[in-house]
Amino acid sequence: MHPLPLLSMIVFLPLLGAVSILLSGAKRSANARWVALWVSLVTFVLSLVLWGRYDPTLGGFQLENTMQWISYLGLTYHVGVDGISLPFILLTTLLVPLCILASWKGIKKRTADYMMAFLILETFVLGSFVALDILLFYIFFEGVLIPMFFIIGIWGGPHRIYAAFKFFLYTLLGSGLMLLAILYIYFEVGSSIPLALESVFDPKVQTWLWLAFFASFAIKIPMWPFHTWLPDVHVEAPTGGSMILAGILLKMGGYGFLRFSLPLCPDASADFAPFVFILSIIAIIYASFVALAQTDIKKLVAYSSVAHMGFVTLGIFTMDAAGISGAITQMVSHGMISAALFLCVGVMYERTHTRKIAEFGALVYRMPRYAVIFMLFILASLGLPGTSGFVGEFLVLLGTYQVNIYAATMASLAMILGAAYALWLYQRIIFGPPTACTFTDLNGRELISFSPLLVGVLLLGLYPAPLFKVTEGAVMKLVGFSSLLGKS
Amino acid sequence: MDSTLAIFTLFLPLLGGLCAGSFGPLWGMRFSQWVTCGCMGLATLTSLWLVIILGPLDTALSVPGFSWIHVGALEVKWGILIDHLSLVMIMIVTFISLMVHVYSIGYMKGEPGFSRFMAYLSFFTFFMLVLVTAPNFVQLFFGWEGVGLSSYLLIGYWYNDPRANRAAFKAFLMNRIGDVGYVLGILTLYLLFQTFDFSPIFTGVPDKQAHMIEIYGWQCHTLTLATILLFVGAMGKSAQVGLHTWLPDAMEAPTPVSALLHAATMVTAGVFLMVRISPLLDYTPLTREMITIVGAATVVLAASIACVQNDIKRIIAYSTGSQLGYMFMAIGLSGYSAAMFHLTTHAFFKATLFLGAGSVIHAMSDEQDIQKMGGIWRAIPITYTLMWIGSLALAGLPFFAGFYSKDLILEINWVSKMPVAFACGLVGIVLTAFYAWRLLILTFQGTPRANDAVMSHLKESPLSMLVPLISLGLITLVVGPGLYTLFVGSFFGPQNEVILAAQQTSYEIKTVPVLATLLGIGVAYLFYMRSKKWPSHLEMTFKRTYEFFFHQCYIDALYDRLFVVPSLKLANLLWKEGDQKGIESLGPKGLTTLSLLGGRLICRLQTGYLYHAAFAMVLGFGAMVGGILWLNSDTLRLAEVYDFLARYKG
Repeated sequence: MHPLPLLSMIVFLPLLGAVSILLSGAKRSANARWVALWVSLVTFVLSLVLWGRYDPTLGGFQLENTMQWISYLGLTYHVGVDGISLPFILLTTLLVPLCILASWKGIKKRTADYMMAFLILETFVLGSFVALDILLFYIFFEGVLIPMFFIIGIWGGPHRIYAAFKFFLYTLLGSGLMLLAILYIYFEVGSSIPLALESVFDPKVQTWLWLAFFASFAIKIPMWPFHTWLPDVHVEAPTGGSMILAGILLKMGGYGFLRFSLPLCPDASADFAPFVFILSIIAIIYASFVALAQTDIKKLVAYSSVAHMGFVTLGIFTMDAAGISGAITQMVSHGMISAALFLCVGVMYERTHTRKIAEFGALVYRMPRYAVIFMLFILASLGLPGTSGFVGEFLVLLGTYQVNIYAATMASLAMILGAAYALWLYQRIIFGPPTACTFTDLNGRELISFSPLLVGVLLLGLYPAPLFKVTEGAVMKLVGFSSLLGKS
Repeated sequence: MDSTLAIFTLFLPLLGGLCAGSFGPLWGMRFSQWVTCGCMGLATLTSLWLVIILGPLDTALSVPGFSWIHVGALEVKWGILIDHLSLVMIMIVTFISLMVHVYSIGYMKGEPGFSRFMAYLSFFTFFMLVLVTAPNFVQLFFGWEGVGLSSYLLIGYWYNDPRANRAAFKAFLMNRIGDVGYVLGILTLYLLFQTFDFSPIFTGVPDKQAHMIEIYGWQCHTLTLATILLFVGAMGKSAQVGLHTWLPDAMEAPTPVSALLHAATMVTAGVFLMVRISPLLDYTPLTREMITIVGAATVVLAASIACVQNDIKRIIAYSTGSQLGYMFMAIGLSGYSAAMFHLTTHAFFKATLFLGAGSVIHAMSDEQDIQKMGGIWRAIPITYTLMWIGSLALAGLPFFAGFYSKDLILEINWVSKMPVAFACGLVGIVLTAFYAWRLLILTFQGTPRANDAVMSHLKESPLSMLVPLISLGLITLVVGPGLYTLFVGSFFGPQNEVILAAQQTSYEIKTVPVLATLLGIGVAYLFYMRSKKWPSHLEMTFKRTYEFFFHQCYIDALYDRLFVVPSLKLANLLWKEGDQKGIESLGPKGLTTLSLLGGRLICRLQTGYLYHAAFAMVLGFGAMVGGILWLNSDTLRLAEVYDFLARYKG
């Protein structure tokens, strides 16, 4: 046991930052920005240390911290990481500073509150990725909604109140059902997280548990037909909010499937796999088509997220090593790509105050750097080999093809449709006969916020081995769960 | 040593491209031009060195790299594999790329995006080299998509032109359709072999040749399925009929690009892929049959369209499609080395033709319509000579390149007892000779049809364009006879029977293609030099047919109607009706309305009158008691209730 509770430090440092902003007086926005940036950067560095401390050769949870919390309920504060949570922790701590940078100039009112909301959000997100106690998980998981509700509702666009409520109520509805499942598990087997479970629930119980979890995670990720909140919310959310929403909050759904649905309900997961395949395929094709019809850039990116998340759910429920690794890669990759794409939109929104595709054109003449960066992320989004998008998509297709040829064949159509909507968007915005626009190219701050994502996308595309090294043990364990089932 | 050379060959173009792309805009054109051409020159030298070292050896050079995708049992590694097949491709790619780089210095002079252009060319070369040296299917796909991207960027190089943008987009999408085939193909192979590496797959084929897979209740031969899917990928890249419509539009790219990507190298990637998987094709006669049919259809169709086009680049583009058809025909009949031979000769003569056409366009102030040319051969004699060399090689007159390579394919057709394919090939030859000479005559001979302003600017291209042109022309002259023995020999492994048999064909068969060529040339001469009324007469009489081919068989319009418009309509339908009306009104909006409605109903009950409340209380109390009684009717007797009440009173 390491003397320093590293994991807890990572989780609560942002909260501490928020408190310090509060105490230092919320009047000086510049001060709040810098505090938030530094705190989130230190959190990122600490999470890198965490990555270094993590030993992929050992299976199971590591770097655990345990504390009695509410003893008469049997509730403990118990956190730890394994190969599935570590990538998401790194992704979160990477994205938050970038979101803060992206909001540097765009957020004009109540800046200190905004920064506080972001830091609190980071604590909750990180908490839900590391919680090893099922009730603790629920608290963190739901807690995320509160700061996000304010980020959308206070700093959002014209219809922000509607969007904030839609986001809050929709996700809460699903989580309500999950709470029932969690309570059931709590009363039946106690509150520690399922990977420690040896006994498996009765298949009938599994079905109900699976459905309850599904309600929450399918809305969160979101799967078709529970996706309609996403475009509305993205359109209204501020740039930083969109980045964190697409980059991380959606992944909490995928994380939930991996952490709860598969290990807790292996039989039910196997039974429901065809059902998930169908929904995923519909999501991939349907959302890609709908993306083609969009006139608002943010909505287009939002729908492309739905399609990409279709690959994630497809990969997870193949219950195959390649499929699940692909799903995790796809989540990490999409976390970076979609954050970058929303940042691209945000950069233009700050300059033009519009997101309508038709009002753009020929940006390449005045903004060559922007054109290059945007192009690279568009290519990553359509899954060009050499970018992270390809590795995720290809592995998911590979895993799916082993279990279900038809599903893989249908999903592969995304290669065409994804190229169609992404490149078409790019051409309409960037190319065309020169116009009289006078925008300035990316400034230093914007370049800095793009560069880590660019490096990440390329690194994960060309040399994803570090990620696989981290995830391998946990994935094999998950696959082991379902393969045990096949034998019995 | 060999490994170092191989690594240098691959990465020098990338280095040049990166330098030109990042620093070109700052340090100017001269820098970009020197750094890209310099790197390409060095890469050509190292590849030549590789040829000298590896050419005589029988073993392939393999340079292992680091692991790329490693999950569970799956491991894909980066690496370089250079066997004789790769060697031929490397030599073609680096040399022609170098020529095109140098040519571009003159051709693209003064373009504001010059550095970007040179960088794209170098990036393309890098990806093409990765493609041809890939040791596994996934890395091959990396190169495959990389050249597709380069092609997209280069076609759309003049991004202010909406037509160029549209053509680039179309090229990328059409290629992606093929790519879906490719990806599914390699996934099928993975299903069979549990690996993506070439050598275990190719050596393991005999064990798996009987494997069947069930698809929708049909028993499919797995290898056949995989190879057909891979062929779909090749069709996209090599613009075979069905997926060919992007290639003519790709002529929006600057001419050096057309020469390098859309004639000599990138479009031959499909042929290369098919030759690469020849160990699989040997076990899949059905796939080979399909390849022959598609190839033969492309030969005739593309050549027919080429005969009636007026855009000089478009003619050569259709000619490229048609020539690629010949290569596929050969592959379909197991004449792999014949296909590679034609690929090689074609790379040189077609690059010559394209760069020649570029020189013509340059001289004619960017005019591309051959109906507006004519009578310019005296002004640009060198270009004229080189266009002749290219056309002679293309048509395959004796002792020119096509005579060796194309006729070999025809002979293979003959010995394989494929009369229809042979006939298609022969018709193709007549048409090829016809359009080639139609182009030559209309462009260079007769009376000038351009306006005076254009004619007064007419002059031979600068040295930077002529030197590569002449070098390519010279190689075109020697490549056919020079490499014949190599390619019909056992350069690519054990000599196959088809090629051997093809060499034994009788002289009558060997002369037929030459006669066909002469026929084509004769008709062109007659039409455009002697009886100039005839073509327009024919146009009038067979107006429908002419229009059909002139509009490129209306395939674009057909695709628009079949795919593009319905897709966009479907997209809008799914969005407006599916998402906004369907899911929203049933889901979130529906719930909102429902709860509002319910709330309003319940609100009505809250009237505030005491007697309403009292009445509701009585009703509720009655319902409660009644409910309890009814639920417990068998255990709870009425008497007991009285009893209870009595006791309560007491």
